[in-house]
Amino acid sequence: MRVPYFPGCTLHSKAAGFDASARAAALALDIHLDELPYWTCCGATFSMAADSAMGLVAPTRILASAKDAGKLLTLCSFCYNTLKRTNKVIATDAERRRKVTTFIEEDYQGTVKIVHLLEILRDDLGFDALARKVVTPLKGLKVAPYYGCLLLRPADEMGFDDPERPTILEKFLASLGCEVVEFPHRTECCGSFVVVGAPDTARECSGRIVDAAAVAGAEVMVVSCPLCQYNLDRAQHDPANGGRAKAKVPVLYFSQLLAIALGCEPSCLHFESHAVDPRPRLSAWLEAPAPAPAA
Amino acid sequence: MILSQLKTEQDVIVAIKEISGEDVRACYQCGKCTAGCPLSGAMDLMPNQILRLIQLGEYEQVLQCRTIWHCASCLTCASRCPKSVDPARVMEALRTILMRRGAVHVDIPTLPTQVLTEAPQQALIGGFRKFVGY
Repeated sequence: MRVPYFPGCTLHSKAAGFDASARAAALALDIHLDELPYWTCCGATFSMAADSAMGLVAPTRILASAKDAGKLLTLCSFCYNTLKRTNKVIATDAERRRKVTTFIEEDYQGTVKIVHLLEILRDDLGFDALARKVVTPLKGLKVAPYYGCLLLRPADEMGFDDPERPTILEKFLASLGCEVVEFPHRTECCGSFVVVGAPDTARECSGRIVDAAAVAGAEVMVVSCPLCQYNLDRAQHDPANGGRAKAKVPVLYFSQLLAIALGCEPSCLHFESHAVDPRPRLSAWLEAPAPAPAA
Repeated sequence: MILSQLKTEQDVIVAIKEISGEDVRACYQCGKCTAGCPLSGAMDLMPNQILRLIQLGEYEQVLQCRTIWHCASCLTCASRCPKSVDPARVMEALRTILMRRGAVHVDIPTLPTQVLTEAPQQALIGGFRKFVGY
């Protein structure tokens, strides 16, 4: 299958491992991610101010460019949340729809369906079928799935999974052969962009999550958001450097584990950019480990 | 305490309602928002206290608090409120009022280099849009 793909600004640079591993893994499943020919940043956060339409311009333009295909895939939780919430405003708020679509000169009614790769794996492929395509089962790897907030909430708009007891990542990981570790903070915010205004506060949030995963026995965590990855990864640094967590648990994108399980080339993983190196724990499954960074 | 109708009809209170789209009068102070908020440890006024103060028309305290600049808009509060109030939208309305007046809550020139060079763009874009009112 072919699906239009919106990477978002971060996946093209800081989170290249997320983008590359997802493309490689999808290709191994005969899912072609067709990047939109022209796109801009979606704005990163959904603007909740009900009296303004400015924050809707950028995401609406992106959605309008996919309106013929009717579908748009994104990986990053921020983009997923921003595009979906914007789409709902465009579809239901006639006044703001009129304002925004007139301004961007597009006839768009909110018709595009925004999908996440995990939803395609669950609904179009099926996790049983995915399990049959795994060439390198990750047996014995204890993985804690971390959802964060943006994929799940607001639940009535995201429709991704249950906001308090989601199961999609658990089922996904089980289909790769992993041992799934349940821990209490898997739907709690990592601190998000508060890391820019009040980094100590955000590090406390992230540190709490990592420690809880470690106490529950996790060897690695998976996420679907570059900011979650950054916050949880960096929270484990030396305390003198702003780190807060006591444990050391590598934080991976779900697509990196998927790519390994499907036997993709390790060059798509980009583990060298992780602060807590996942390669030691994953060395058993990496055919040709990426070269260590120069000292 | 005599609850004055005049207090709850002041411009700022009306603005909070218009920008957030929320009717804070629905809140009956159960505290689930505060109990679930992962950032509450860094806040001076708790989320349910902010709603209570707005109900009483006491907007000065609310506009001066630290709380709204530590909200991550994670919507744990909104997803648990039994009265379907969205405290995160109220926080956004309060920040919006102040940012439209020029409030700045990220000191951009003193941001650590590590954050500028390593943090994903979403952090900077999101942080600036939520906390900086240039």
